[in-house]
Amino acid sequence: MQDNPARHSKPTPVPPVAASALEKTLPLRINGKNYFSDDDPAMPLLWYLRDMLRLTGTKYACGIGACGACTVLVDGKAQAACMVTLKQVTGHSITTIEGLAGNADLHPLQQAWIDEDVVLCGYCQTGQIMSAAALLQHDADPSDADIDKIANLCRCGSYPRIRRAIKRAAAASKPAKKK
Amino acid sequence: MNSGISRRRFLTIGATAAGALVVGWRDANAQRKLPYLGARVEPQQLGAFVRIERDGRVVIGARGCEVGQGVKTSLPMLIADELDLDWSRVHVEQLPYGYVDGDAGAIDPFGNQGVAGDASPAAWDELRQAGAVARWLLVQAAAQQWNVGADQLHTQAGDVVANDGRRIDYGSVAALAATLDPPTNKLPLKPATLWRIIGKPTAAVDSRDIVMGRSDYANDAYLADALVAVMVRCPYLDGTLDQLDDAQTRAVPGVRKVIAVVGPKPDSPFDGVLAAGIAVLADNTWAALQGRKNLKITWKPAPGPVESSAGLATTANALLDVNRDGIVVRNDGDFAAALKKAPMKVSARYTLPFLAHATMEPPNALIHVQKGKVLLIAGLHDPDGASRLLHDITGVARDKIEIRMPRSGGDFGRRLHNDFVAEAALIAQSVDVPVRLLWLREDDLQHDFYRAFGVHEMQAGLDRHRKLTSWSQHCAATPRNYRDNSMRALPAYADCLDPGAFPAGVVANFEQTFFPVASRLPRGDWFGAEGFSAFAVQSFLDEVAQAAKLDPVALRMELLKPARVLHDGLDTGRLAAVLQLAADKIDWKRKRYNDHGLGIACHAADGAYVAHAFEISVQGNNLVFHRAICVADVGRVLNPLGLQAQLMGNTIQAISSALYLAITLKNGQVQQQNFLDYAPMHMSQAPREVETFTIESEADPINANAIIVASAAPALANAIYAATTVRVRKLPLMPELLRLL
Repeated sequence: MQDNPARHSKPTPVPPVAASALEKTLPLRINGKNYFSDDDPAMPLLWYLRDMLRLTGTKYACGIGACGACTVLVDGKAQAACMVTLKQVTGHSITTIEGLAGNADLHPLQQAWIDEDVVLCGYCQTGQIMSAAALLQHDADPSDADIDKIANLCRCGSYPRIRRAIKRAAAASKPAKKK
Repeated sequence: MNSGISRRRFLTIGATAAGALVVGWRDANAQRKLPYLGARVEPQQLGAFVRIERDGRVVIGARGCEVGQGVKTSLPMLIADELDLDWSRVHVEQLPYGYVDGDAGAIDPFGNQGVAGDASPAAWDELRQAGAVARWLLVQAAAQQWNVGADQLHTQAGDVVANDGRRIDYGSVAALAATLDPPTNKLPLKPATLWRIIGKPTAAVDSRDIVMGRSDYANDAYLADALVAVMVRCPYLDGTLDQLDDAQTRAVPGVRKVIAVVGPKPDSPFDGVLAAGIAVLADNTWAALQGRKNLKITWKPAPGPVESSAGLATTANALLDVNRDGIVVRNDGDFAAALKKAPMKVSARYTLPFLAHATMEPPNALIHVQKGKVLLIAGLHDPDGASRLLHDITGVARDKIEIRMPRSGGDFGRRLHNDFVAEAALIAQSVDVPVRLLWLREDDLQHDFYRAFGVHEMQAGLDRHRKLTSWSQHCAATPRNYRDNSMRALPAYADCLDPGAFPAGVVANFEQTFFPVASRLPRGDWFGAEGFSAFAVQSFLDEVAQAAKLDPVALRMELLKPARVLHDGLDTGRLAAVLQLAADKIDWKRKRYNDHGLGIACHAADGAYVAHAFEISVQGNNLVFHRAICVADVGRVLNPLGLQAQLMGNTIQAISSALYLAITLKNGQVQQQNFLDYAPMHMSQAPREVETFTIESEADPINANAIIVASAAPALANAIYAATTVRVRKLPLMPELLRLL
């Protein structure tokens, strides 16, 4: 596992910006890159990601923070992108599904998702993976009860395979000590 | 069902400029317009299914609409197996909607791309034949190159292999193969014993793109300069616009246009949009949403009765009480006389609510309407219908309408309708740039083609040997044919009662009667219609067993014995087999303690057989799954991994809906707004595992999605009874159970 932003618990500091510039442009740090936005500061992060950056792996499905399809990591914590504004995430480090693996080809969760063939329609799965990433950061070896705390909706009913994939990724990420 | 089969299609071949071999289908009607079989043609004129590049890469076109049912993986597997490919080197590409103007009418160069093409005997045969022809050509080419007889050669994992051990990969003979004449006769297909890809667990081809966030659903597609459109639709059924003040909307930076969309005429069929609405077009989604929020609209309800779920329930129950002028669906023997004589009688009523589809990806469409041409990018399941609709609305010739069909975020029957395509076209006609129409979740729940609302009245009589001698099902429900042109020719009961469904044909005195309940709410297909009736039938069988002090499995087995094929095609042996396996796997005979309850149910339709068994307990306000079992016999299994996903997923879908979901009407409006008041099951509420089992048969493969859901809800209601002694006769189960407990 190399340079995986999701695994850094410390927020990456945003470069200092002149106070006058801040009034018009919002500095944003997304997937390790700096952006300066002059869009409406009240715009939800979801629409900025999708419409402005065309990072479309973050999905819209309810707009009220009830389904988790738009889950991203803000300073390593799971957050519905439809429920935070650009202003609120200024100065925080944001990771989307496109940046989850960092410089690696795939994050262990993404690999586990492929190995367990989790995808049915697939639309909710990027949000599911981001929620699982937040869980694994907090707890490298989650129990079934811990996994139950993921409240992302899947309308196709892939939950049992999601559960298996999280366990598989947790097992794969364990430091191989003695063998 | 397979209208394509009557119009004979021919396999045809061609070469690309780079010398790749292309094998595709050609409709017989296209002969005069396109070069005849075997002639050199431009690949884009072909319905390309297989392309073998000179470097050995193989691209297989996926013609179906991938909505999560797995056809983008399973259908190309059919071609690849017959072509003896190494699956790991196959690249699958989604085909667009295919349309060619023929002298004798429209031609579908890729075959049926709608739901009927997903898994049907025709697709089964057609696609394997395409693979067989490509393989045959490659073998002929290698035979020419080596100057040996084709009978000295065989194929293996992408190579042609000679008896003397020489080996050449397909890519090296592709260019030569593309110059040969194709076979004049249908080729023999591989026997099942030689399959290397069909029947093997195969992961979804799009998995990697999806988990990386790279998969382009229609909503992620991009066209330069597209405006985003969001709408406010009339909340009243068939209502109309009264007043509109859009001044504040137009003042929002980025808002470009406000457009009114006219709704359907009251009580007329839904052949275009579902509701009147106001569309706000803006540079980006956030501006459009701000503009939408600032609209000041008053709506006028349609004249006539104001509908409510309470009112519909009263109407349905009154129709059943009066029991007059019903439509007789099936009538075997003499039910009334047999019931009169029966020493033991059982009766019960079951109530089912409207249900929405709530696909994870809400309806949306990206469309560009220009003079003389249209481009549509949308998640569809009836692309042919979308093509016709776009032609009707825009007047553009159908062969100038390009339709791309990226995978869809769920369907469940929602995308059999193209109302959102009609809306997008109407809006896009008034601007000269592309338009991305986005439905919000609120729009989706409030404007859908809902599963029927209805009440089933069940009656049964048993003789003194506790044998079921009479059975009656009266159903009062909102029919679909009332406002659905595609259902006009069908009887009102068509998607509420199935005259061939179990236990029809196994009870001597059997009666089914339907009472239409008028409602303006759009009705549609929700996993087919199977679960609507099966909930009442399979719950009631348990109530009969309880009354007669019979074991619920034994009662069903008694009816299914001996194994026989009934008049309507139902094989009682296959239904008994799935039921028995479900009973064995859940350890049916072992007594459970600690308030654990077992429930079981089975259902059959269209050649598919499914049984569910659950072990549950009710702990406080929660229902806990201890075990969940789903057994299916759907004929040939193309992809076991994909089928297991369908069995698992549809089981969870079905119990999620059965436990928690209902669409209700009040004051002529749908009440539910979003996932908070139409809240599907979360991970914590779902079974941790769904144990799936298949009984494979040699019957042609069946698209079983609609049938899988049918037996889950009654099995769950039966388990709840076993655990709590409370019989829940109204869906959704959970609120009703908590009311009764």
